[in-house]
Amino acid sequence: MPIKIIIIEFGEILSIAFRAIRANKLRSILTTLGIIIGIVAVTTMSTAIVGLREAFISSISSFGTDVLYVDKMPWFAMGDWSMYRNRKDITLEQYEKLRHGLRNYEAMAPNKRTFAVNIKRKGKSVTSTLVYGTTEEYQKTSQVMLEEGRFMSELDVKAARKVCIIGKDIAKELFPFESPINKDIQVKGVPMKVIGVLEKQGSGFLGSFSLDGQIIMPLKVFETLIGEARGRLRIDIKIGDVTKLDEATEEIIAAMRVIRKVPPGKPDDFAVNQQEAFKQIYDQTVGVIAIAGVVITALSLFVGAIGIMNIMFVSVTERTKEIGIRKAIGAKTWSILFQFLTEAAVICLIGGIIGLLISFPLSLVINQFLPTAMPLHIVFLALVISALVGVISGFLPAWKASRLNPVDSLRYE
Amino acid sequence: MNIINIEHIAKIYQVGTEEVHALRDVSLKINKNEYVAIMGPSGSGKSTLMNILGCLDTPTKGLYDFNRVNVSQMNDNELAAIRNKKIGFVFQTFNLLPRSDALHNVELPLIYAGISSAERKQKARQVLEQVGLGDRMHHKPNELSGGQKQRVAIARALVTEPSIILADEPTGNLDTKTGEDIMALFNEIYEQGNTIILVTHEEYIAEHAERIIRIRDGLIEKDEIVSSRFVPNKNGASKI
Repeated sequence: MPIKIIIIEFGEILSIAFRAIRANKLRSILTTLGIIIGIVAVTTMSTAIVGLREAFISSISSFGTDVLYVDKMPWFAMGDWSMYRNRKDITLEQYEKLRHGLRNYEAMAPNKRTFAVNIKRKGKSVTSTLVYGTTEEYQKTSQVMLEEGRFMSELDVKAARKVCIIGKDIAKELFPFESPINKDIQVKGVPMKVIGVLEKQGSGFLGSFSLDGQIIMPLKVFETLIGEARGRLRIDIKIGDVTKLDEATEEIIAAMRVIRKVPPGKPDDFAVNQQEAFKQIYDQTVGVIAIAGVVITALSLFVGAIGIMNIMFVSVTERTKEIGIRKAIGAKTWSILFQFLTEAAVICLIGGIIGLLISFPLSLVINQFLPTAMPLHIVFLALVISALVGVISGFLPAWKASRLNPVDSLRYE
Repeated sequence: MNIINIEHIAKIYQVGTEEVHALRDVSLKINKNEYVAIMGPSGSGKSTLMNILGCLDTPTKGLYDFNRVNVSQMNDNELAAIRNKKIGFVFQTFNLLPRSDALHNVELPLIYAGISSAERKQKARQVLEQVGLGDRMHHKPNELSGGQKQRVAIARALVTEPSIILADEPTGNLDTKTGEDIMALFNEIYEQGNTIILVTHEEYIAEHAERIIRIRDGLIEKDEIVSSRFVPNKNGASKI
């Protein structure tokens, strides 16, 4: 088939499609509506899901990708929770042993955390805080950046000096008009000197907590102020090389089993966690729900497709005579097939474009809650999908039309 | 020169468990620039013969050479190409596309022949003027009278300069006066050197042709030259 004939016929085929759509305005609008709803549902859902994932990933970015977290329990526990809860806490003694036993790591910081400790300064107070007790190496394992002042020194930690580094929100709240450096704040009534202010980090997942509300102090000070029993000990170990995480994990597990005297054959009574686990668990749980969501919304597109198929069958029957005329004067099988496929695809593409015009403002609304706009590839995909829906749902009716016998269809009234 | 040469053609339809012999054994030759009428009562097989002659259908048995090419075994698309380039159809019910204007209806066969827009518009205009519709090109079929519609259909049949023009009861839906005008147009076309095959059951219409083939029960009953041919002209009908 020469290209020239295809191009010449395509012009005719497109104009037939538009004429047929205009000739049955109400019907075309109703049919298109099915596709519009489908495209709006699918694109809005995809945008929300992409946004949800982006929000999640940015919220876990405070955990380093090359950092392992040795904890009493795994971050994502399967099965009986009490089994993990009854494990013995990791102790500072065990940390010291691990520190001496382990070879390949960049930094290692034991730390304890607790929430909502009231911090005061001259009548002002902050309650939504996240308090860390740790060592000087925490700066490396957590990769926190200082906006002002300095981090804790080894001496600060060893001597249990009452010094702290505060997050941006606390600094703003307690020191609205001055630099907090070298000034005192009251933690549980005990004065502590601010030696550093952290850079702004932003809020966590869906605003659940704020990293800018954190306050970091030497571990021993934390235990004195907050209580030794509060906040179970975790050991953060920066490996420095993402590709060596598995190797390092094995090494740590072996060392910790010896240190915690786990008998051979018994399961570990601790866990080595990593940031990647967050993503995996997210993709396993939320990801699966997200896929289900897309599939369910895609059903509406499917219903729209059935509508197209239905109306195309009606259209073919109504236009049997026209098909007969076209065939009599020389339209080939593929011309007729192509004509009806194009008509279905055009209806669906129009639906897709209108659908996008509706879902784009919707995505801006979603943007108020999630850090996302409608990704360009979803726009492109939506158009391809809508055209494809047209071609697929139009295929059977078009096939039927193309197979019509010219003699019978000319006789059709 | 034979344009059409059919030998021992039969067409058998399967209706339920019964076989219907629409055509039993038909042989026929038609030469270039002949004006042939095919006549017969309904059920005689003349429609079946017309469909086969027009390459809309293929015979069950027998041979059909069209322009010295065997078309009896061709597939749908090959037949479509023959219809497009070599056969011009004129139907009783005009069979124009209702949503397209006269010009576009006439252009249609040229579109399927892959002729560029400018060329086919020029050709279509020329033929529409030839059939006397130069001032009706942008009228849609529902804005045209029956006679005008049939002229559009004739223009559509002529536009590809086909080997034969196949007219199936072209005056069947027209009043007598308009019918005569249309027959006068066919006469003109014939005199320009075209080959016309006219299917009708009206004796007085058939008399416009120079040869009448009568079909009955799927067989050719009579194939005769018309002795007193009826030649219409624009000022009224007259006999030679």
